[in-house]
Amino acid sequence: MKEKPDVLQGTLALMVLKTLDVLGPQHGYGIARRIEQISGDILALNQGTLYPLLLKLEHEGSIVSQWGASENKRRARFYRLTATGRKQLQTETRDWNQTAAIIARFFEVKAEDLP
Amino acid sequence: MRFLRRFFIRLSNFTTGRRADQRLREEIAEHVALQTEENLRAGMPPVEARRQAALKLGAAQAISEQHHAEQGLPLAENLLLDIRYAFRMLHRSPSFALIVIATMALGIGATTAIYSVIDATLLHPLPYPHPGELVRLEDDLPGVGAQDVSVSVPEWKDLENSGIFQYVAIDFFGSSNLTGSAQPTRIASKIVTPNYFAMLGVGAQLGRTFDPGDKTPGFNLEVVISDGLWKRAFGADPHILGKTLRLDNDVYHVVGVMPPGFRDQGMTSEQRNTEAWAAAGFAAVPFDPPLRNSRLGTAFARLKPGLPVAPAQARIDALVASLKKQYPADYPAQAAWTIRLIPLAESLVGNVRQSLILLFGAVGLVLLISSVNVANLLLARASARGREIAVRQALGAARMRLVRQLLTESLLLFVLGGITGFAVLFCARKFLLQLVPESLPHLNEISISWGVLAFAIAVSVVAGTIFGLAPAWLMSRLDLTTTLRQEGRGSKGSRKRSRLRHALVIGELALSLVLMIAAGLLLRSFWDLFKVQPGFNPSRVMAIETWLPFPIDPNTDIYRTATQEAVMLREVLRRNRTLPGVEETAVGDREALPLGHGKDDLNMIPLIREGQDVERSQPPLIKTSFVSPEYFRLLGMTLLRGRLFVDQDLEDTPSIAVINEAAARAYWPSKDGKGEDPVGKRIRLKAEKPDWTTIVGVIADARTESLADAGIPQVYLDIYQHWAKDLAFFLRGQVDPATIAAQVRTQIQAVDPNLPVFRAETLNDILSSSLAVRRFSMEMVALFAATALLLAGLGIYGTISFLVHEQSREIAIRLALGAQRSNILRMVLRRGLTLAAAGAGVGLVGAFIASHLMASLLYGVSPYDLSTFTGVTALLTAVAITASYVPALRAMRLDPITTLHSE
Repeated sequence: MKEKPDVLQGTLALMVLKTLDVLGPQHGYGIARRIEQISGDILALNQGTLYPLLLKLEHEGSIVSQWGASENKRRARFYRLTATGRKQLQTETRDWNQTAAIIARFFEVKAEDLP
Repeated sequence: MRFLRRFFIRLSNFTTGRRADQRLREEIAEHVALQTEENLRAGMPPVEARRQAALKLGAAQAISEQHHAEQGLPLAENLLLDIRYAFRMLHRSPSFALIVIATMALGIGATTAIYSVIDATLLHPLPYPHPGELVRLEDDLPGVGAQDVSVSVPEWKDLENSGIFQYVAIDFFGSSNLTGSAQPTRIASKIVTPNYFAMLGVGAQLGRTFDPGDKTPGFNLEVVISDGLWKRAFGADPHILGKTLRLDNDVYHVVGVMPPGFRDQGMTSEQRNTEAWAAAGFAAVPFDPPLRNSRLGTAFARLKPGLPVAPAQARIDALVASLKKQYPADYPAQAAWTIRLIPLAESLVGNVRQSLILLFGAVGLVLLISSVNVANLLLARASARGREIAVRQALGAARMRLVRQLLTESLLLFVLGGITGFAVLFCARKFLLQLVPESLPHLNEISISWGVLAFAIAVSVVAGTIFGLAPAWLMSRLDLTTTLRQEGRGSKGSRKRSRLRHALVIGELALSLVLMIAAGLLLRSFWDLFKVQPGFNPSRVMAIETWLPFPIDPNTDIYRTATQEAVMLREVLRRNRTLPGVEETAVGDREALPLGHGKDDLNMIPLIREGQDVERSQPPLIKTSFVSPEYFRLLGMTLLRGRLFVDQDLEDTPSIAVINEAAARAYWPSKDGKGEDPVGKRIRLKAEKPDWTTIVGVIADARTESLADAGIPQVYLDIYQHWAKDLAFFLRGQVDPATIAAQVRTQIQAVDPNLPVFRAETLNDILSSSLAVRRFSMEMVALFAATALLLAGLGIYGTISFLVHEQSREIAIRLALGAQRSNILRMVLRRGLTLAAAGAGVGLVGAFIASHLMASLLYGVSPYDLSTFTGVTALLTAVAITASYVPALRAMRLDPITTLHSE
C-alpha cells in the first residue's frame, strides 16, 4: 500500500496563512477542516501538529489570536492574519509559484527537445 | 526579522517561565469536541465518534511537547537541567571536583597572570588616540654599522613636507634641575618640537599644550608640566598658568598641565614618567646650526589617516633616495643612509618581548598539561560511571544529548576552575606585582581588569570544550550490552579509552620535559651570568648621582668649561673623602656607572683614527665615558699597558684617553698574531673638538656595560679635560647606604646649593637589578616547570593506579596461579617506564625545537646542552618510576582470595 505523502515542511504554514486569508478569523479546528476539505484524502495530517505551528506563526507576528465564541457558543481561540502575515503570504505564494513553474517546466521537457 | 521576533518572545517566555499548557489543553478539548460532533452528525456511535476524533488529532503528548518547545527555548532549558545535574554530580564526588578545579585554577590562573602582563605591555602599550598611526622613525647608517643615529633639522623639515605624515616631532630626553622650591630636584624632562602633543593627540587638562604651528627656532620658554609635578611642586594650584618654573636656571612659563592619566611614550620607565616638556625648534642657540649632519634626537610621527606603514615606508624610501642624490656630500654612498618606520607600539616594547613570549609559551604549556591531566581524570571517571551512562542510554537517551550533558559537566569544572584561578589572582595581585621586575615597561599599567577576566573565562571555555569533548565522546560510545553485563565484574575497560589515556599521559610527560629543559637552560645561563667575573669589583661601592644645570645661554653656565667644573668636582671629592667610613672616591659621568642602563640606550658613537682617512663613523662603534683618575683604582680595573690618568692632566694639557682591550682589538686588530700597540695612537670622537686625543693606556675588559658581553669597545676620557653634566660620584668603604645619600647631599650642596642629589645605590644592587628581567623569567619558567613536573607525576600515578585497579582481577588470577610477586611489581613498573620513555622521546624532540627558539635568551650555555638534557630526562624518569612505584606495590600486595571474592 502506498503511503499518503506527509505535509512538506513549510507548506503547512503556507496553507494555514492562505486559509486565514480566504476565510478570515478561524479557530484551530476550522483551519484543520478547511485544509482537509481542500486537499481531500490526499494529505495525511495529524491535526494536532497544527497547534505548535500556530504558536510559531504567532511568535513570528504573522497571525494574532484571541479567545472568542465558536459556532456552538463555546470558548475557542480564533486566529487572524496580520499585515505582516499578509505580506509573508504574498512573498511565499510568489516563491511557491516560481518553484512550481520551474519544476513543471522540467517535467515538460522531453529528450527530443534537448539541443 | 521574523526569526528575531520569534526568538525574543521565546526568550522572554523562557525567562519569565510563562507556560501555555492551559491554553493548549482548552484548544485541544474544543477541537476534539467539534470533531466528535462532526463524527456524530456523520452517523457514528458516540464512543466511536470520540475515538476517531482523538485518532485524527494525533498523539496528544507529542503535540503538547512540541507546543511547549515552541513556547520556550528547549536548548536553554536542557542546559539548565544539565547544569543542575552537573552540580549534583560534583556534589556527589567532592574530592574529584576539588582536584579538577584546583588543577584548572592553577593552569588558568597562571596563564591569566602572564596574560595580564602581556595585555599591558604588548597589546596596549599606547594610551593615545589612533595608536596605529604612530610610528618611530629610525635613521640607520647600515654601511657603517650605525643604528638609530637620530634625525637632523633639515631632514625633519623634509619629512614634515613629505605629505606622508600629519605631524613629525622630535623628542630629546634628558633631565632638568628644578630649583626655586625648598630642595632642588632633578626631574625627567623632554625637549620636544612644538607639534609633539598634537602628534600624540593628547590635550592638557589645564591651559594648553604647545602650538603646533610655532616656528620659534630655539626655545620658546614655554613649559607643559605633568599632573604629578603640578600637585607635588605647586600643591595643585588652579592659577598655575603663566607662573614661572626654573629649570636648569632658565625661567619658563607654565602654559599647561597634562591630565592625571597621561604618560609619555618612551623605552624606559624614566622616559614614560617625564614631568616637564619644553618646546624648541632645535635650530638656534643652544643647538648646533641646522646642518644635515648634525643629528639631534629621535623622530616620531603620526601617519596620514588610513595610510598603512608599508606604503608609507615605500614613499619614505623614495624620499631618502632623492635626498641622497640631492646632497651627496652629506649622505656618502658607503654609509647607506636609510629611514625605517617602526610602529610605535612595537618599538616601545623593546627587548622584553622575547622574555614575555617565552613566559607565555611556558605558561601555555602548564595550561595544556593541567588540561590534559583533567581530561585524564575525566576519562578515569568515565569508566567508573560506565554503568550509569549505559543505563541512561538503555532508557533511550540520544547520543548527542549524552555528549552534551557530559560536556556541560566538564565545562562547568573548567569554568569553575578558571573563576577560582582568577579570584586567587585578583586577591594576590598586590603580592604578585612585587615579583615583577621594575624595569619591565608599563609595570604600572598592569591591572586585573574586565578584559583579563574575559580572557580567563574564554580560556576556560575553550580548554573545557577541547579537553571535555574527547572524554564525553568516548563515554557516549559505550557498547551497551557488554558494559551492562561486564560492569562490576572487573572489565578491562574500552581499549580506545585506555589508548587515549596513555596518549594523554605521554603528552603530559613530553610537555613537562620541554618546560623543564627550558627552565634548566635558563637556570644555567642565569647562574653563569651570576657567577661571571665582572672584571671590576662592585662590593662596598656606592654611586650617587647629580646633574649640573645646562642653561640655554652658555654664558650663564657656571660650569661651562672643564676647568670651571673641575673646581667643584675636586672640592666635592675632597669633602666626600672626609665622610665616616669612606676609603676612596671618584667621579664620572652617568655613562661610567657600571650596568646603569639597559642595552637599548647604550650610547655608542663612531671613532675616527688618525691616518685612516675614512669619512666619519667607521664600524664598530665605541662607548664613551668621562671619569676622574681614581675611577679605575676604585673599581679595581687592571691596567695592561701604558698609564692611567693623573692629576696633572688638565683641560689645557694634551687630551688623553684610555681604552679597553676590546677597543684595542676592534680598531687595531692583530695582523701576524701580534696586536698593534694602540698606546700613542691618536683618535678623534665625533662630539670632540677638532684636536686629536692620544691614547695613553689600555685596561682589561670589564663587563661594565652588560654582564653578558665582555667585548664592548670602550674609551675613557678624563673628566677634568672635558665637561659633563650628568655626574655620578663613587664611594668605596664601609658606609651605611641609608644615611650616606643625605651626607653626600650636604657635602654637594655645601659647594653648590642648587644641585640636586638623587638615586644613591650600591653597585651590587645595580648589578642584581640589571639581571632582574632574566631572573624574573628564569624564576617563572622554573616555577612553571616544577608545577608541570608535579602534574605529570600525578598524571602517571593516576594512570598506573587505574591500570592496577582495572586489572586487579587479572593480577589476582596470576597470583593465584603462582606468579612471583616481584614479577607483578616489575610488570607494573614496566608500564610506567614505557610511558615515561615514550613521553621523554616525544619531549626531547619538542625540547630541541623550544631550546632552538630561545637560543637568544641563553648565555654561556649551548641550547643543546647535553648535561641539561640528560639530567632533566633522568629526573623525569625518576619521578615517573616513583609515581608508578606506589600502585605497583599495591598490585604486588594484592590478596588474590579477597580480590576474586569481592567481585
